[in-house]
Amino acid sequence: MLKLSRYVLYDILRSKVIIAYTLFLFIVSLSLFQLEENDSKAILSLLNIVLIVVPLIGMIFTTIHYYNSYEFIELMLSQPLSRTRILLSEYGGVALSLLSAFFIGVGIPVLVFAFDETGLALLFTGAALTLVFTSIAFLASVKARDKARGIGAALLLWFYFALIFDGLLLLILFAFSDYPMEKLTLVLSALNPIDLGRIFIMLKMDISALMGYTGALYKDFFGSATGILYTGGIMLLWIILPLWRALKIFQRKDL
Amino acid sequence: MRHILTILTILAFLNCYSRTIIAGTGQDIASLKKAVSLAKDGDTIRLKSGVYKEGNILVTKSITIIGENNVILDGENKHESLTISGRNITIRNIRFVNAGYSALNDFAAIKIIDASNVILEHNTVINAYFAIHVSNTTWCTIRNNTISGNPKTEQLTGNGIHLWKSGHALIEGNHIQGHRDGIYFEFVTESVIQKNLSEKNIRYGLHFMFSHNDHYIGNTFKNNGAGVAVMYSKKVKMELNRFEENWGPSAYGILLKEITDSYISNNTFLKNTVGIYMEGSSRTEVLKNSFRNNGWAMKVQASCDDNNFYNNNFHGNSFDVATNGTMVLNKFFHNYWDKYEGYDINKDGIGDIPYHPVSMYAMIVEQNPNTLILMRSFMVSLLDKAEKAIPSLTPENLVDDKPFMKPNKL
Repeated sequence: MLKLSRYVLYDILRSKVIIAYTLFLFIVSLSLFQLEENDSKAILSLLNIVLIVVPLIGMIFTTIHYYNSYEFIELMLSQPLSRTRILLSEYGGVALSLLSAFFIGVGIPVLVFAFDETGLALLFTGAALTLVFTSIAFLASVKARDKARGIGAALLLWFYFALIFDGLLLLILFAFSDYPMEKLTLVLSALNPIDLGRIFIMLKMDISALMGYTGALYKDFFGSATGILYTGGIMLLWIILPLWRALKIFQRKDL
Repeated sequence: MRHILTILTILAFLNCYSRTIIAGTGQDIASLKKAVSLAKDGDTIRLKSGVYKEGNILVTKSITIIGENNVILDGENKHESLTISGRNITIRNIRFVNAGYSALNDFAAIKIIDASNVILEHNTVINAYFAIHVSNTTWCTIRNNTISGNPKTEQLTGNGIHLWKSGHALIEGNHIQGHRDGIYFEFVTESVIQKNLSEKNIRYGLHFMFSHNDHYIGNTFKNNGAGVAVMYSKKVKMELNRFEENWGPSAYGILLKEITDSYISNNTFLKNTVGIYMEGSSRTEVLKNSFRNNGWAMKVQASCDDNNFYNNNFHGNSFDVATNGTMVLNKFFHNYWDKYEGYDINKDGIGDIPYHPVSMYAMIVEQNPNTLILMRSFMVSLLDKAEKAIPSLTPENLVDDKPFMKPNKL
């Protein structure tokens, strides 16, 4: 399995896309830290990159990679290897390359310029989101038969998690504003990994505002040890569940 | 000339006849109560170190009481330790512990009532209901005292320094913590509060009611239950103070309610839930303040009018300004906003396009606080951008026409 992952990794590195992605992240992060007069503003801009760009690139890259290595997967299937193993090593290779791109591109500048709680929360969130969206992309590409559909589905899912979900949440919060919504919002936020990551960083960045009104509840919950475990646990579920589903489908799929 | 001579003679006379009484443990006069009863106007009592449990001591003569090291007046949790009612009285370097609690009387470690020219210096008050309680007194100085309480609930804890119906007071260099309100002013005029540190009080660090023409400078109010409240007062000057880490659902750096003709300058607001909350205030100048990392730098309610906000710096606040209506009768100009995205073609240091400090999202949160969970979401920034292009919800008049490109030098 490790051997297979290694082949996948070599393959990815040869295509140079991942190197371009690393460079892009690195240059953007570095220039943000250089341009903004205070580091907290740079972190703020980086937050948008982590919440928007990282999931997007993760999904698109994974889907394209999956379809490009279709022949390779078919070849491997003719060998005495289980399907689970093949897909997991594909996942391992892709996730590892994206993670290292993120850690080199964003991790190094953050560790150099803003090594504090907020910075670390940002790195944790970015890493978790990379894994989550790689996993979701695998599900989308295993499920769709052709490349166009796969990429389309991935894009739509990204669009949903990055934008539409928050719109819906806003709608729900306004529609039911007469009712106590605090607990429900906590539950709803678990339905979107991007939101969960955002709240996790926000607790470090906007703590003063969050202490106002109902905000204190979020702070009490997410800021406590249980909250951190909860965030980590839900993120883990978001990594495991789509991947597990993808494995199930892949096992039964007529290739 | 003759008058001056008379006064000088009297002064000299008084000086010649003022004595120093040494009292306390191991002396002929063993108790403070006895020393006070023996003293005449102008005398000084030097108290030897020791613990004195003498119940309530009433001082009405013009005397000075100075404690040596470690003079402790213990109220045994049932007495008011010291009551002062007279003129020209000084109390210095005494440690007051365990003053009593009463639900009927405002017991205090030191109570000053119907007095004038009283000086309290370098005293320590520990575990009192009210620490220093002043009423109907003029020209009272409270300087360099250390006060710390043991707060339970708002009902069971009194104020650190409490002034009622007084004038010309000077409160300076005190350190107050763990009371209900750190410093409380009601009907106190022409007074100065400076260089105090008021922290960890369960309600307000400083609480003003109906107190006009007061001036507070260089104080630090930190981590109080609800910050600082200034209410129903006129002509209050607030300068060079620091308001830090006042966190909570109704905690404010300063809460201004019905304040008129006041002046707020050179203050620092750091990490408060709300920096300044303003309601029903008029003709107040807010200038040269620095707002950093607050939840809301300012909440200016629509009931405020004729206030001017200028030369302030706003850095890293989650929201710059929030309001509750579309009516805006205040002026904002020459502030520095770190969220400003405009340009300056003629290089005069003033941005060419106006800045709207109230974001769409701030209005949404004001209407529905639950939406706070969406802060920094991509969705929200899109809404803000759309609102900037076509304003509909945000108050159009709340605008800084001349925002500075670089921070003001404070």
